[in-house]
Amino acid sequence: MNEPNPGPAQGPGSGPAPARTAAAAKASGGRGRRERSPRGGIRGREGLAGWLFVSPVIVVLGLFLVVPILMALWVSLSDWNGQGSPFSSGVHFDGAENYEQIVTKPGLAQSDFMTSLRNNAYYVLFVVPLQTALALGLALLVNGRRLKGKGFFRTAYYFPAVTSSVAISVVFLFIFSSSGVVNSLLAKIGVDGPAWFADPRGIIHLALGALGVNTDAPPAALADTTVGGLSLWDWFSGPSVAMTAVIALVVWTTAGTFMLMFLAALQDIPLEVEEAAEIDGTGRWQRFRHVTLPMLKPTLFLVLTLGLIGTWQVFDQIYVMSKGAPAKTTLTPAFLSYQSSFTDNEWGQGSAIAFILFAIIVAMTLLQRFILRDKDEARAKAATRRAAKAARSGSGPTTGAA
Amino acid sequence: MSPQHKLADADTAAHTVEQPTTRRSGNRTRRGGALTRALGYTALVVVALLYIYPFLIQLAASFKTDADATSNPLSLWPTHFTTAAFSRLAEADYPRWFTNSVVVALLVTAGRVFFDSLAGYALARLRFRGRGALFAAVIAVMAVPGVVLLIPKFLVLNQLGMYDSYSGMIVPLLADAAGVFIMKQFFESIPVSVEEAARIDGASTFRIFWSVVLPMAKPALITLTILSFQGSWNELPHFIVSRQSPELNTLTSGVASLVSGQLGSGNQYPLKLAATLLMTIPVALVFFAFQRHFVRGGTSGATKG
Repeated sequence: MNEPNPGPAQGPGSGPAPARTAAAAKASGGRGRRERSPRGGIRGREGLAGWLFVSPVIVVLGLFLVVPILMALWVSLSDWNGQGSPFSSGVHFDGAENYEQIVTKPGLAQSDFMTSLRNNAYYVLFVVPLQTALALGLALLVNGRRLKGKGFFRTAYYFPAVTSSVAISVVFLFIFSSSGVVNSLLAKIGVDGPAWFADPRGIIHLALGALGVNTDAPPAALADTTVGGLSLWDWFSGPSVAMTAVIALVVWTTAGTFMLMFLAALQDIPLEVEEAAEIDGTGRWQRFRHVTLPMLKPTLFLVLTLGLIGTWQVFDQIYVMSKGAPAKTTLTPAFLSYQSSFTDNEWGQGSAIAFILFAIIVAMTLLQRFILRDKDEARAKAATRRAAKAARSGSGPTTGAA
Repeated sequence: MSPQHKLADADTAAHTVEQPTTRRSGNRTRRGGALTRALGYTALVVVALLYIYPFLIQLAASFKTDADATSNPLSLWPTHFTTAAFSRLAEADYPRWFTNSVVVALLVTAGRVFFDSLAGYALARLRFRGRGALFAAVIAVMAVPGVVLLIPKFLVLNQLGMYDSYSGMIVPLLADAAGVFIMKQFFESIPVSVEEAARIDGASTFRIFWSVVLPMAKPALITLTILSFQGSWNELPHFIVSRQSPELNTLTSGVASLVSGQLGSGNQYPLKLAATLLMTIPVALVFFAFQRHFVRGGTSGATKG
């Protein structure tokens, strides 16, 4: 909610609107706009109609989006235990108690929350680069100029993104079950696959173990230093084997959506630019590196930041596939907030977790706006300067959202 | 859309340089073409297998026996072809979940298409005090992540006495900010002149909206219909926090409860996979029928922020 809006028609809405309609009327022949002054009554009716038209949306979004946030804010600051109404007299203001419980006070609540942050951080660290790279790869494949049947392949890659996350999660539970598809394939090349969703071992720990570090008795410097209720050794575990299965699922599913974005950008690159580079004798890789990639930069930023925002919200897959198990290694803040509230009746803590998660996601969103905006801003400024010189129309209609 | 602008500049620049050399480049590319093409196709097919195989496995395993699914997970043909999983689903609560999903998805879709386009039209065309602030609010609301609202939504539904009822499952989904945004953007792209003519003829604002503007907005309406249907059909978190009675389960929450051990002993993968197969079909049909609109919706969602 405390979201600074990037630009379109901010401030007292009456500003840009008449200018725009006037401009539109001029463009479309200029007829019928003359009677502006004797139209007071009609204008009033238009105002009423306007509010009537938006009222259903205001009611729904207000009642089920704005009010809930305020109510949850109160709950996160109270000692409500789920019994009766949070506004009843038995519920007390608790200050930042719930936040302290999960962030600073040593205990189960703190270590659970920190574990969920660690898990989600590793999840983000793996999913975002992998899905971006896969999406770009798929787009480059499908964009091949002389390939036939592109439509079929594009459909195949995009299809998982439109299907239900519940359905896909169940399919992947089967695929990653201990005697499932992945392990059968691994067995064919002589590898004994893990019991994916029952395996809490962190992959960095596993790698260290392979390098000869004794993982049962980790180095004291790491095992004895505790930050936020978790030892450094635990912080550096990497995603668990179970989490990597979730990561594989999500990368596989979402790459299709981002592929479409890359594809749209690739198709906007004029053929001549690539051909010019080709004639100059540049190799395939160089052409990609120095011609294609720079032109994809805005899309690349968009995909990366959308990924950063989306990956902090993982819930469905965790709810269906693991519910935080094994050994809490797939616990994420979103799922933990649900679990603390609905299962453990710690509604204050659950809400507090939701607000911290909210803050993280808002930070990512602001980062995105900041990164994607500054170029547009500069261009918009230049355009306004030019426009202002030609006709003193002020800010004029801004082009959509960034 | 910033990339376009930049690329358009690059385009014109390239044109001026490029003209005389086009023919030569044609020859050049044709020579290495066959090998590149073969490689390209190989990569496309291998990746496509990676994307299609899971769905084939899902399909095949639905018709297997439990033992067959466990011992031959890779095979795409059941050793003993059986529809036991489907008949068991038919006897259980599955038809009820399906009905609930259909009812919810249809009502939510109808609501979103109507309310979002009403609001989108008002924000695009009607002049009223506070319009700019409202639009800013819509943009802000779009940035609120859904998962953060899980507990908050429950709190309000509970307070209003709507928890564990159809109204609690449907009403909160009846409007969405992204839909309003899509419709507003579209209405702004239609010329005003037609509406002006209707207005001079004395038509009311709603009449103009309903019989003049909406028919012109067909492409956007189709996109919004599809996105709303897909969104509400696939929705899980809202149906976890807005209800608890088993008879109010939708397909998503019902199938999720199957997985978390409601089934008793054994993996029973054929049953679970059959359940997911059936729930995928409606969205798949819509997807294959209206692919273009999915693609448009997918990318328009990207530029919404």
